[in-house]
Amino acid sequence: MKRAFAIVPLLVAGIFGGFFLWGLNPERDPNGIPSVLISQPVPKFKLEPVEGLETLGLSKADLTDNSGPVIVNVFASWCVPCRAEHEVLTKLVERDGQRLFGINYKDKPKDAVRWLEQLGNPYERIGSDITGRAGIEWGISGVPETFIVGSDGTVLYRYVGPVVGEAAIAKFRAALVQAGTLKGASGE
Amino acid sequence: MTPEIGHFALALALAMAIVQSVLPIWGASRGNVLWMQSARWSSLGQVIFVAIGFGALMQAFVTSDFTVKNVVNNSHSLKPLLFKVAGTWGSHEGSLLLWVLILTVFGAAVSVFGANIPETLKARTLSVQAWISVGFITFMLFTSNPFDRVFPPPMDGQDLNPLLQDVGLAMHPPLLYIGYVGFSIVFAFAVAALIEGRVDAAWARWVRPWTLAAWMSLTAGIALGSWWAYYELGWGGWWFWDPVENVSFMPWLMGTALLHSAIVTEKRGAFKSWTILLAILTFSLSLLGTFIVRSGLLTSVHAFAVDPERGMYILGLLAVSIGGSLALFAWRAPMLEAGGLFKPISREAGLLVNNLILATATGVVLFGTLYPLFYEALTGGEKLSVGPPFFNSAFIPLMLPLVFVMGLGPYLSWKRADLAGVLQRLRFVAVLSVLATLAVWFLTEGGPVLGYLSVLLAIWLFAATVREWAMRVRLFEVPFPESRRRIRNLPRSSHGMSMAHAGLAVAMFGFIGSSVWKTEEVVFVKPGSEISISGFDVTFEGVERARGPNYFADRGSLTVRRDDKFITQLYPERRTYPVAQSSTTESDIRTTFAGDLYTSIANPASEEAGAEGAWTLRILYEPLVVFIWIGTTMLVLGGGLSLSDRRLRIGAPRRKAPEPIISPAE
Repeated sequence: MKRAFAIVPLLVAGIFGGFFLWGLNPERDPNGIPSVLISQPVPKFKLEPVEGLETLGLSKADLTDNSGPVIVNVFASWCVPCRAEHEVLTKLVERDGQRLFGINYKDKPKDAVRWLEQLGNPYERIGSDITGRAGIEWGISGVPETFIVGSDGTVLYRYVGPVVGEAAIAKFRAALVQAGTLKGASGE
Repeated sequence: MTPEIGHFALALALAMAIVQSVLPIWGASRGNVLWMQSARWSSLGQVIFVAIGFGALMQAFVTSDFTVKNVVNNSHSLKPLLFKVAGTWGSHEGSLLLWVLILTVFGAAVSVFGANIPETLKARTLSVQAWISVGFITFMLFTSNPFDRVFPPPMDGQDLNPLLQDVGLAMHPPLLYIGYVGFSIVFAFAVAALIEGRVDAAWARWVRPWTLAAWMSLTAGIALGSWWAYYELGWGGWWFWDPVENVSFMPWLMGTALLHSAIVTEKRGAFKSWTILLAILTFSLSLLGTFIVRSGLLTSVHAFAVDPERGMYILGLLAVSIGGSLALFAWRAPMLEAGGLFKPISREAGLLVNNLILATATGVVLFGTLYPLFYEALTGGEKLSVGPPFFNSAFIPLMLPLVFVMGLGPYLSWKRADLAGVLQRLRFVAVLSVLATLAVWFLTEGGPVLGYLSVLLAIWLFAATVREWAMRVRLFEVPFPESRRRIRNLPRSSHGMSMAHAGLAVAMFGFIGSSVWKTEEVVFVKPGSEISISGFDVTFEGVERARGPNYFADRGSLTVRRDDKFITQLYPERRTYPVAQSSTTESDIRTTFAGDLYTSIANPASEEAGAEGAWTLRILYEPLVVFIWIGTTMLVLGGGLSLSDRRLRIGAPRRKAPEPIISPAE
């Protein structure tokens, strides 16, 4: 009996070793986060509105039957880069007439409301993802992340991290142009 | 020329290590005293040659010898001297050399200071230690030579990652490595004991000072790293459950379990195979940390450059050392004699609970850290990350019962404790803790239940520990001079325990205050903007350019007032290092016992905003955070007190019966 117990640590270590060996495969890139959702339909999710906010909630149905591609942005009031990104997104809505939807990720409704009051609310609909469940469905790796979703509800593009700074904005605008919702590369 | 000398010295150290890995252990099984004693000279030789190698690399850094590749990649002629020195261990190669240096220092220390250890055990231990040396020196020489030259040499270096150019972080790796590597000695002792086939009270006592020294160092190293993250990363947090933090935390948890389990082995002769297993696992987890940080296995903010070839080599080392020692354990541990019996309510049982919880907690952290890898392997490439929510919800509820038992444990007597009597004595402590928690509840404006529960347990632990100490010296029960005599006569290890346990309670106040009751504001500010936070009124005066030796800085200026009274001026900075092409945040913090007012500035949100002098300002008020650093210092001091105990210094324990329980391995 005792002998059987004594061999357990060795077996466990062996299993770990197997995983490590697999993990060292040179073709594996631990930093690359593949966009599993690209050209897939958006995942099934249904989010209530943010408590204390008049903006409606967000669900899969809102993204599957639109007249053109829309932007879905995952944000949170606790996320500092989101604050900088907010300005960029607002501009896309106000100047370029893009449609923007939000997923408020793991945020306290009170904080989110205050944040939007302070900075303005460019979102057409905002789903409150307090538990982070929808975030898992969308496969986000952090906040912010921004998706472009086609009119039929297909995910066309995913941007990880804040769309802030010249290079990032250019890249994102290019994706919008490719999606056919923004005219010409000339932009402004 | 010096780099070649350094390289050659490492080769000589390798030769010494190879001899030491064979001769003493062979001598021990053949009873050849001369062979056994050869370990003394080879261990000293190793440390001397590795030190020459280390000195040569340091010389290359200090004189900015840009013919050496490692110096080019990690240094710059304008870098301050302190960071040139620290740059020696800032890279993968250099830190490996430091690792080996500490390994050999420990080996030599055992052979010099271990005069009371029986010759055979010492010889075997030093041979096992030399196996580790051989593994790491060959790793360095074959895959990560720190003395590689470049031709033609560049004009200047590429500078060290600016985040690492910091006093706190310059000291962090050496302390951490002393901890990791210190456990290698304990590991070597455990393997030697398995080979020898005997583990007894004397063995536990020989191992104890090494465990304590490694544990203290690791504690200090982790605390320093956490402090660095707190003031340097600019987020105001001190622990992020990042894989690299976790891999240093796991050996600490295991090492803490080992420290306590070894007490039972020493005092009661019980938990023998468990103590041995913990010794093996603690060092295995240290090795695992080295592996994860250097192989690129997991995504992390501060991992070293990734190289699969190195990863394979370390995995091979891991397989041999961990696999080998655990196989030895599986074979030999069942033959170890069972120890003393005890009742379910006793000091032993309390320490058993401590060990089970700490081992489970280590398992949780290990699982959470490696889960992304498992998940990816089992789903065929899907990725996910495990963040603080998992660790907080899995780890904290595990720790709270541990804290409860920590308060209780020291009151329990060995073998069989009188629970009714103990509860009687703790009645006052329990009432006091509840009342104090109610007072906290009254003073704070709400918070999660778990927060108040943690407060309750922290007060419980502190009060119970102080009361236990007071009881031992009979404070206020007998005239004070008598108490003072008792304080002097109480074993230092006992003082050490009280100090460390109270230290954890003190640190808990910091953990709780700064995570449950912190307030945070992130705002856009222009010169003249005012922000109110936790009773402070902060005015942003603007930002000005300043120059440092190898960077320039945007220095924000903040005036802090409270009730219209000037309190202080804070200068958070954003530093840009042109050579390394990156920037760092230098927070500015006003620290009081009540809490830290923490400020940092980030870049302007956009170019337009920057032109108007608008910046992103982050202000946090973190109550009690300073107690984290006080508490961890107390933990280290407690370890130090315990280490200075008489019984570890003199009165070398003698083994009673010299005949081994099983025959030694040939």
